[in-house]
Amino acid sequence: MLTIKNLHAGIETKKILKGIDLEIKAGEVHAIMGPNGSGKSTLASVLAGRENYEITEGSVTYFGKDLLEMSPEDRAREGVFLAFQYPVEIPGLSTTNFIKTSVNEIRKYRGEEPLDAVGFLRLMKEKMALVNIDQSLLSRPLNEGFSGGEKKRNEIFQMAMLQPKLAIMDETDSGLDIDAIRIVANSVNKLRNKDNAVLLVTHYQRLLDYIIPDFVHVMYNGRIVKSGSKELALELEEKGYDFIKHEVSLPEEA
Amino acid sequence: MNPTANIKDYFDQAVLPETKGKIGSLRKNAQQLYTRLGIPTTKQEEWKYTRINGLFSKTYQLTSDLSKVPVSSGDIDALRLPGNANANELVFVNGLFSLELSKIISKDLIVLPLEEAATDEFSETIAKHLGHSGHYLKDGINALNTAFVQAAAFLHLKKNKVLEHPVYIYHFFDTRNGNTFSQPRSLVHIGENASMQVVETFFTVGTGESFTNQVMEIVVEKDARLEYYKIQNDSSESSQVSTTHIRQLGKSYTHSVSISLNGNIVRNNLNVIFEADHCESHLYGLYCLKGQTHVDNHTVVDNVQPHCFSNELYKGVVDGKATGIFNGKIFVRKDAQKTNAYQSNKNILLSETATVNAKPQLEIFADDVKCSHGCTVGSLDEEALFYLRSRGLSLDQARSLLLQAFAMDILENIHLESIRSHVSSLISQRLEINEHDRIRDDIE
Ligand SMILES: Nc1ncnc2c1ncn2[C@@H]1O[C@H](COP(=O)(O)OP(=O)(O)O)[C@@H](O)[C@H]1O
Ligand SMILES: [Mg+2]
Repeated sequence: MLTIKNLHAGIETKKILKGIDLEIKAGEVHAIMGPNGSGKSTLASVLAGRENYEITEGSVTYFGKDLLEMSPEDRAREGVFLAFQYPVEIPGLSTTNFIKTSVNEIRKYRGEEPLDAVGFLRLMKEKMALVNIDQSLLSRPLNEGFSGGEKKRNEIFQMAMLQPKLAIMDETDSGLDIDAIRIVANSVNKLRNKDNAVLLVTHYQRLLDYIIPDFVHVMYNGRIVKSGSKELALELEEKGYDFIKHEVSLPEEA
Repeated sequence: MNPTANIKDYFDQAVLPETKGKIGSLRKNAQQLYTRLGIPTTKQEEWKYTRINGLFSKTYQLTSDLSKVPVSSGDIDALRLPGNANANELVFVNGLFSLELSKIISKDLIVLPLEEAATDEFSETIAKHLGHSGHYLKDGINALNTAFVQAAAFLHLKKNKVLEHPVYIYHFFDTRNGNTFSQPRSLVHIGENASMQVVETFFTVGTGESFTNQVMEIVVEKDARLEYYKIQNDSSESSQVSTTHIRQLGKSYTHSVSISLNGNIVRNNLNVIFEADHCESHLYGLYCLKGQTHVDNHTVVDNVQPHCFSNELYKGVVDGKATGIFNGKIFVRKDAQKTNAYQSNKNILLSETATVNAKPQLEIFADDVKCSHGCTVGSLDEEALFYLRSRGLSLDQARSLLLQAFAMDILENIHLESIRSHVSSLISQRLEINEHDRIRDDIE
């Protein structure tokens, strides 16, 4: 589904990603862990098409297409979804209206009829139950005044509504209490199937108690320095990120 | 009609017709003031960013007799605002109030030519309030309106009455036979504990230029309420100085929304004077400008007495080579303790050639007050654009949604539903938002 080869990206003169290689197949869940500032969000953003990063080297292929050539909206329409680490607040734009526009744009791209009000409401009801989100939240302006947990829940709800092929979740667990984490994990597990894949960026391994990943990658200083099975997450939890820093000898700032 | 080579020369030499009583002396004083002050120039602080003397060097027609203007009820039909079937409608043509073209359906609303009202039971009210705006707008342009006041309108809402039908005020400028200069004048008196809604709008008919110098004075008596909506979406050949001067008495409440879309040079003066305690006012404004349109909103909130509350929010989207100006003054006089006065101005610039000038001015002479002001000028939020695009919306759609969202907290303060949806579609047209991308409420 997704092949990342030797990806280098940065901002202005700052190099952030320094050669990422990653292969994700349909049906898989990959977790990326790593200390703050290692480049996890940058990778997630570059995949979703945030334009302020400059790609200096490497390639990303998504279902055989050059992902980096596509606009952010076309990536979304092709099934890429980023659950933001910091979802944006937009006062004046109702959450429901926004999601309806989004769902119908994606349907249009796929050559499907737009959903009318009734069809949309039906889909919304179904997904609301799935991710356990309250109607009252959705009739408010987009993320305005939402608590951290509510914003994350809204991201998961949008993901459920859009049914992406590749879901990238950037620290969706951060700042959530254990009950909220369980709900997020449950939702993701319900949405998992053999045709889609999840890239889970997380700082802590506790989310991985609930979403069992097929692979765990450790990112440090713009590179994936270690990959393994879910046991790697436990090892990290036990020893802390310092053990990575000691274990891998890295050339300092290239 | 009176075509003149140069409107300024005409006024400089005009001989005022004799008018008796209060109106007569008011006019005479105003003419002297006009002679002394002349047309404001950009050297004056209040007119620093808005140059109108160029408009005065042009040729215009002056209408002194309505019967000579061929505007019919049919001409007006095409332009009536939605909801008009249930509204009182007042019509001004080239600045002159036409009772004949107006339609009054509420029995509690008295509408009279000002001169006629002045000789009647309202003479005292008129003597007390007519010309009050001159105390705040000490310039030649306000004086010019007062000096040549003719065919003005007087509105009175009886006390304790809630007007169930709003008042729509249409200003027509007929330029089919050349440029027109108009000076509409009105005085609105809302009796104690009465309540009314006013919507005012402007139409230039024909392809000529119109230039309007308007003054509306409103008195909101004790416990009375006013909602006032001004919609400016006239032709690009129309300019105006439009003054709305509101005097509030004890515990009265006002709520105003000024929408400025199209026009050439537009200057709005909105004054709210709290002359008694526990008054409240909400002032909203939205300007969506492009092309060469120049809109200058000057507002004054004067807290004369204690315990008053005002909240002001003006927002602007400025594109092309357009200019948006916001100048918000708040006075808190020595006796006006416990004043709460808030002000905010937010702007989005859509082009490199668009200009915004924003200036808050707080003059506070009391010590126990809460005041705040803030102003922002920026472009569309990149992060928000990316967020929307990452959900499958095109860049154009994302922009459209963000602009509509930006305008929303002004729009939702238009409480008359038919007017709100009308303004919403005008804004969408102005911002070139596709019908398809318009935010609607059909799924809530
Ligand atoms: N927009 C930006 N401008 C400048 N530096 C940035 C920007 N985004 C990320 N960085 C820098 O890139 C590095 C990686 O950041 P990030 O990808 O957010 O890491 P993580 O998500 O792993 O905490 C950090 O040093 C961060 O300061
Ligand atoms: Mg991050």
